[in-house]
Formats: sequence, structure tokens, C-alpha cells
Amino acid sequence: MGIEQKAGDLGVVTTTLEKAVNWGRTNSMWPILFGLACCAIEMMGAQASNNDLSRFGMELNRASPRQSDLMFVAGRVSRKMAPVVRRLYDQMPAPKWVIAIGDCASCGGVFNNYAILQGVDEIIPVNVYIAGCPPRPEAIIHGVLTLHENVRKERIKDWA
Amino acid sequence: MTDIREVSVNELRHLVSDRALTGETMLLNMGPQHPSTHGVLRLLLELDGEIVVNMIPDIGFLHTGVEKTCESKNYMQSEVLTDRLDYLNPMGNNMVYCMAIEKLAELDVPERAQALRVILVELQRISSHLLWLGTSGLDVGAMSTFLYCMREREVILDIFEMVSGQRMMTTYIRPGGLWRDVPAEFEPAVRSFIDYMPAKIRTYEDLLKKNELFMDRSQGIGVISGEDCLRYGLSGPVARASGLNHDLRKKQPYFGYENYDFDIPVHTTGDVYARYRVRVEEMTQSLRIIEQALNRLPGGPVRSNNRKYVPPPRSELGTSMEALIHHFKLWTEGFSPPVGHVYAVSESPRGELGVYMESDGSPKPFRVHFVTPSFVNLQALPLMCRGLFIADVVAIIGSIDIVLGDADR
Repeated sequence: MGIEQKAGDLGVVTTTLEKAVNWGRTNSMWPILFGLACCAIEMMGAQASNNDLSRFGMELNRASPRQSDLMFVAGRVSRKMAPVVRRLYDQMPAPKWVIAIGDCASCGGVFNNYAILQGVDEIIPVNVYIAGCPPRPEAIIHGVLTLHENVRKERIKDWA
Repeated sequence: MTDIREVSVNELRHLVSDRALTGETMLLNMGPQHPSTHGVLRLLLELDGEIVVNMIPDIGFLHTGVEKTCESKNYMQSEVLTDRLDYLNPMGNNMVYCMAIEKLAELDVPERAQALRVILVELQRISSHLLWLGTSGLDVGAMSTFLYCMREREVILDIFEMVSGQRMMTTYIRPGGLWRDVPAEFEPAVRSFIDYMPAKIRTYEDLLKKNELFMDRSQGIGVISGEDCLRYGLSGPVARASGLNHDLRKKQPYFGYENYDFDIPVHTTGDVYARYRVRVEEMTQSLRIIEQALNRLPGGPVRSNNRKYVPPPRSELGTSMEALIHHFKLWTEGFSPPVGHVYAVSESPRGELGVYMESDGSPKPFRVHFVTPSFVNLQALPLMCRGLFIADVVAIIGSIDIVLGDADR
């Protein structure tokens, strides 16, 4: 039984390489299983039953940075944690993206003090910021979809 | 950045056994990014094959400086930070912080506010235990419990959103009562939750209680005796699973807990399974408390009338000059409790949660210190893990239910 019998007459689909690659990247983006603080709980909420992020191909959290494409920085990043976050980011293979979930990861939030990094963009580049303290699961899904939209617009000449 | 002190290997030598120096045992780093450390905990394990010889927990990866930040904000602003300490128990943190202020300022709390606080804190306890049950089930390979528990947790979060506008960081309990009265839909929502929840708890029991795999992973694992619990100062479900009948809701009741009829689940084996039993049974007891509190929910105001501490209602601002002055004073400067120091303590889902507060008579607290159960309970982790397999470490971390925001503050 070949694919032809299973699928019927599919015909020919023509597309560009760019679109095909971006389609693949957006629909199987694997986040790293990594939570820092309060926002990690809402991130779990976004992936659990009621909100179900797996509708967008985002359910498979990888425990190792080597296998992941996307980093959710979910929560406040302390000065002690900052080198670890940077190291995890460096270990991820390209192409890689970062979503800063919540106010603390975006700009320090309510903690303007000696211990907390005033935004994770001080140490790693961030693609999408999600506001909220913590953001609702719907907001997290919106952030993920915003990232997907941006990834779909990526051009082949920028990849190199 | 402050200067980083260099430590020589000789200074750290006492942390590991002599066998580690000869290469007979292996040192393995677990965390801070590890799927089962429940946050950012780093464990340095000394392993003999797969057996844990020693463990050195390294905390502080989520140190937030909350206590220091409180000193530069006034009492009302600081309360917002307490939500984010133990982020599975924001209502309980607010409550104990307000208890300290109320003790310091001898502020009265109306009966209705007291009963509502009990309901909300018990709902929070259930939601915290649900998340614990889901994630620690996930640690030992029971995926389905996680999906069920998160579904029920959403119902509680919806109730919190209804009363406060926020799902998690509510800041709803304020000094002298509550932010505002609960809406009319609150009571039916809570009633439908307590009708619906017992059947769900039975479902979780069906999934885990007699589950051969779960029992293998949890029975006889991470045993700690009652004496050791006392020696280390452990509290909460960890201590109650080791046979200590210690719950501050009974021993040192606050907000009318003495009027409610409920039991304290106590188990004696002190292992991971006993801690699981205690927490699941606590959920049922919390439902009993909520039901009783709802049945005799008194009417009346939800905030104290002491205008030096509690802002006047919005409606008075247009008609009363005095109300306007109080409003202005409270929102520009804040209130100034008398000079003194207090310690308030409550039973959080994880154990004894206390606040020590020192006032110098100014609108900002001179010192706020949080005595947090996760920090205390984490001490006993090496004791529980020694001599067991590395896979058991995962189950034990889950069973003591640490929240790193609570431990590191």
C-alpha cells in the first residue's frame, strides 16, 4: 500500500522553499521544558487540558536545550540564574527563538532591585514579549501565534 | 555587580565524602534546569553507581530580594510583592501579611471578611494541592493526573478571577478585610465547585491510590521519622505524613478556624506515599471547611471602619471632606502603624508560613521577614535521599512540594 492509495489523487502542489520550510518550522516548534517562577505555572496552564497549546503543534516540551527550538523565559530571572539562562540559550541549535513571558522577563516587572535582571533581553535576544503578571494562558497562546506569524515571514536570504 | 568570592577546593572538601576525591564516587549536577526540580533548584549529587551517597542542594536561583524591596515601599505596596513569594498560594501569603499588620495596628477584621478569607484560602489550598498532585504524578510517569488536575484548577482560578480580576496574583485580601465584597455569582460558583469536586477527587484516587506502578515508586521511599521532622523543624503535610499531628489551623486557630468541624489527616509511614495520602485527604477536609463557611457566611461589611488604615468607599468621597482627606493620605503616603514588632503565622499548603514585621512608626516597614515552609522543608531533602536510587530523588523532591519562589524569596 503506497501513499497514493491512502491519500487518493492529491495532484501536484507547488510552493516556494521558503514557505515549505517556514510551514514546517511553525508547526513543530519544540519549546524547552524550563520554568522559572509564577509564569511557568500559567505556561503549564496554557499547555494543559483547558487551553491545549498542542493545537498549534507546541505540546512537546524537550528537557534538553539541544533538542529545542524555542525558549519560554517564564518568570523573573535573578542575577544568579542569568548565566544559566544564557548558557541554555547558547546550547540550543539554530534556528532558535525566545519568548519572554510576563512582566519580569520583559522588563523586571514589580521587582526593581538588586537581585532581578531588568528584562531577560539584557542577556539574550527576545522575539516576542508577553505582558501580564502573570499573563493569562490565552495571552501566552497569542504570543506563540505572533511568533508563528513572524517566523512565516522569514526570508531565505536572512537565514545564512 | 558585587565582588564574587573565590572559594578554593579545600574549603569545599567537607561537602563530599573522601571517596569522591579518589574518584570512587561520581559527582553529578542536577539542575537548575531540570524537568523535575519544580523550579530552579540545583542539586549536587554524589553517586556510587546509581545510589545517592550525599546530596548538596544549592538554592538562590530565584532570589528576588522581596524582603529588601518591602523596606522601600509602603505597607500597601509591599503586599503586592507577597503574592509572588509562594506563587501557588498567593491568597495565603496576602492573608498572613495582613495578619501581621492587623496584629501590629490592632486592626479589627469584620466577621464576613474572616469567613471569606477562610473560603478563599482553602480554595487556594485545594488549587495548590491539585498542581502538586499533577506535577508530582508527572514526575513518576503518571501523565493523565496532570491533565485532570489542571482542568479542576482552572475552575478555582475562575473563581479568583471573578472576585479579584486576576487569576493568580490576586492581592484581594487587604489589611482590615478584603479589597471589596464578593460578587453575587461567587456563592453559586463555589457551591457548584464543592458539589463537583468530591467525584473528581475519587477519580484521582482511582488513578493513583492502588496503582501498582505509583505504589512501587512511592512506598518506603524518602522515609523521615517524626523525631527527625521535629529536629529539622519540618511542618505541613511532610510532618503530618510522619505522624506529627501539627496543624496551626487547630493548634493556633485564626479567623474562626476553631468554629469549623474538620479533621487533620495524619499518616505514620513518613514516605512519599504517605505525603500523597495526606494531601489528597486534606483536599476533602478543605471542601468541608468551605461548605461550613459558606453555610454560615455572615452579612455586613468586608472592611474595617478604621479610616486610619482602610480607605473609605468611593461613594463617600463626593460627600465627606474627612473621607477625602483619609483617601488622599492613604494613597499618597500610606498608613503608619505604631512602633513595635510582631510575628504572625498561618498554615499554608506547604506548612508554617510566618511573617515577622518590625515597624519604626513610618509608612514603610522597617523590616519584613518571611518564614517560609519550602525553605525549611528543603533542608531535610539530603536526609531523605541518602542511600536511595537517583530516580527516587525525583519522586522525593515532588513529595515535599517545594516552591522555589517560597524558598529563595
